[in-house]
Amino acid sequence: MRISRIAAAAGGVAVAAALVLSGCSSDNGGNGGGSASSGVVNVAWSEPENPLIPANTNEVNGGQVLNNMFAGLVYYKADGSWDYDAAESIESEDYKTWTVTLKADQKFSDGTPVTSESFVNAWQWAAADPELLNQWWFIDAIAFEGGTYDGGEDTLALEVIDDTTFTVELAEPRADFPVALGYTVFFPLPEAFFEDPEAFGDAPIGNGPYKLGEDGWVHGESLSLVPNENYNGPRKAANGGLNFKVYATLDAAYADLLSDNVDIVDSVPTSALATFKDDLGDRAVEQASAVFQSFTIQPTLEGFAYDEEGKLRRAAISHAINRAEITEVIFQGTRTPAEDFTSPVIAGFDPEAVEGSEVMEYDPELAKELWAQADAIRPWTGTFQLAYNADGGHQEWVDATVNSIKNALGIDAVGLPYPDFAGLRTEVNDRTIKSAFRTGWQFDFPSAANILGALYVTGSGSNDADYSNPEFDELFRAGLAAVDQEEQADLFNQSQKFLFEDLPAIPLWYGSVTAGYSTLVDDVEFGWDSWPLLYAITKG
Amino acid sequence: MIWYIVRRLLQGIPVFFGSTFIIFTMVFAMPGNPVLRMFGDRTPSPQQIAALEEKFHLDQPFLARYFLYLGDVLQGDLGTTYAGQSVNEILARTFPTTLRLALIAVLIQLIIGVLAGLVSGLRKGGIFDNVTLLVTLVIISMPVFVFAFVAQWVFGINLGWFRPTVGAGAPWSDLILPAIVLAGLNMAYVVRLTRASVIETNQNDFVRMAYGKGLSRGRVIPVHVLRNSMIPVTTNLAADFGILIVGATVTEGIFNVPGVGNELFKAINRHDTPEIVSIVTILVIVYVLVNIAIDLLYGVLDPRIRYVK
Repeated sequence: MRISRIAAAAGGVAVAAALVLSGCSSDNGGNGGGSASSGVVNVAWSEPENPLIPANTNEVNGGQVLNNMFAGLVYYKADGSWDYDAAESIESEDYKTWTVTLKADQKFSDGTPVTSESFVNAWQWAAADPELLNQWWFIDAIAFEGGTYDGGEDTLALEVIDDTTFTVELAEPRADFPVALGYTVFFPLPEAFFEDPEAFGDAPIGNGPYKLGEDGWVHGESLSLVPNENYNGPRKAANGGLNFKVYATLDAAYADLLSDNVDIVDSVPTSALATFKDDLGDRAVEQASAVFQSFTIQPTLEGFAYDEEGKLRRAAISHAINRAEITEVIFQGTRTPAEDFTSPVIAGFDPEAVEGSEVMEYDPELAKELWAQADAIRPWTGTFQLAYNADGGHQEWVDATVNSIKNALGIDAVGLPYPDFAGLRTEVNDRTIKSAFRTGWQFDFPSAANILGALYVTGSGSNDADYSNPEFDELFRAGLAAVDQEEQADLFNQSQKFLFEDLPAIPLWYGSVTAGYSTLVDDVEFGWDSWPLLYAITKG
Repeated sequence: MIWYIVRRLLQGIPVFFGSTFIIFTMVFAMPGNPVLRMFGDRTPSPQQIAALEEKFHLDQPFLARYFLYLGDVLQGDLGTTYAGQSVNEILARTFPTTLRLALIAVLIQLIIGVLAGLVSGLRKGGIFDNVTLLVTLVIISMPVFVFAFVAQWVFGINLGWFRPTVGAGAPWSDLILPAIVLAGLNMAYVVRLTRASVIETNQNDFVRMAYGKGLSRGRVIPVHVLRNSMIPVTTNLAADFGILIVGATVTEGIFNVPGVGNELFKAINRHDTPEIVSIVTILVIVYVLVNIAIDLLYGVLDPRIRYVK
């Protein structure tokens, strides 16, 4: 899960913001990026928390830079579909053993060739070191054959066939494997990296559309990228370069946007949410993003086990929340009430096909009735508490949500603030938390498997709700292995039926991108992952 | 005099140990494991948690962590942040910017504050005096962030006289607007202090005597009145210089000044113990040094307040 700049990415649905990519930007020849426009695009940014090493980067600031400096095997288009970038083909017959073929004659920006080993060595290196924030990927999200928790050498079943071919063996068949390969952690690394990882983290050498400019990364101030003449893939730079400018606050970045001092602001500050569309006009962006917001109730909480009583109470709480009103009033419509456990920008999204999602309808009468039925099994006393981290701007919606529950069910319900995110997650992780707590998920790659697998499959890493339902697991696994994409989507949607029955988490709403750009740039488009497609932007 | 300086500097040592210990204890007392924050809503494996805790000594007991940190500091290494950056480098990068910001702010206070105070004091009860008193009252009662946002909106975005935020390299010209905001509050005090001081000095016999000798106003005011009124003002300004460096966090955030205050704010958000403790310690040391300098300045300005051993 990517950590967004603000603890909760801003929300809403893609209503307006039909951003049309005018055709003039992509075709260009010549060297040095040979761009249709020569201007350098200024992008609001903050200092990445870690050195720029793909396997150690799981937040947006580092991720955006790496995404433009590296070409993975595949890349994601704005709509969440994928296409080959560094790979020529990725094929498998049983969805367990995959053969990857690279495009011939690819080079890193330092001139060294991109070979099978660039990928295999990078992945092995990442899988071996538990200190890396993204090591988890090889173990949990995409389990490779041989992947173990304790690391060690050569943990993954990868085999180099020749310079442009290698094979991958997965622990279990999954048809959506290529979809995941566009994520940062799967980027290749040049030999220079292994010689001096520390120097590399400060000045990475990639194989993507951009390379580090002369000024490079000036810590605390900016990072400049120029087009990489060695890159020949589909994401060729349409501008003269990118200048990531460090901002301490979203407000400061927004002030600069209003005076054209910065071109791209990918998150509008809360203080400007009500006015940014008036301020920016056509240059305001609001569209759905792959963020799912919910709150989770641990089954150890009294009355909320996964039994008859617990299910009734969970359903009652879900019916008691007026999602439509809260998204409209608290979030000024920049979020959309959830209809399932995924996101509208993920392929296969079809709430109609999900059985049981009517439990999310606001129905105080029914909620009260269900709660009474649960009370008949065993009476409930106490206060329903919803924990949140006070440093993430969550208080308003939490207050609104608990009020909604309180009014509908006639029980005591309050928000329970934790001073900060680390404190909340520590109690969640230790399972010492004594209340419901807010949860969210920002997708790493555009597939429903990314959220369903990581959050709700028995024993999976981020299963905060300790959810375990063999029927759900079975359908999910069948979906993973499904040959046909439609069949896969269908199985995933069917599996959600069990989630709606048991409600390990109460879905709340989907996030959205609220962003803006300056008067100096054109061809601005934001992708499914809420990141702007920086290489396509033209300026001047 | 030398002994006095040495003694004051030696007094700084317990201040250093005391402040690092107190800050370390406070950061230690913050709930939650900073490692978990790094993973967001995702839960890391126990092996990952263990590996990272070991890397940052988080698995050690409190006192061991404190002495590990102190050991590094005494070798001139202020430690590394959880992100692996050297705190020495961060301070070297951010401190000069904050210093320049504070310097401009002090200059603004000195020039505008003293001039306005002087004119007010000389024309006590006049229109200028009354307006000045009113304006300074408004400034004193206004929170810094309101002042900052209004200034940014009016002069930065609408009128375009200044850049709304500070650009790359923090050029002097970009620092003027944030410096004015930063100077604002204390400038109001400087005006009032100068005014009161000028009024008092003006009634002294030596001033009347100077006029009696037939000296012009152009000579009496700067040489006799202003110079003698400056003692309390200068000490106030010097003390304020320390406060400016320490207290720039809000202003630096709003105007995106790449300074120490900004860095501290981010470090606190990240629970970054080594970074927080190091920055605050450095700020404490700066404050102590500035205070020593002020005490010495007293003696220089007014021989009557000289320190006898």
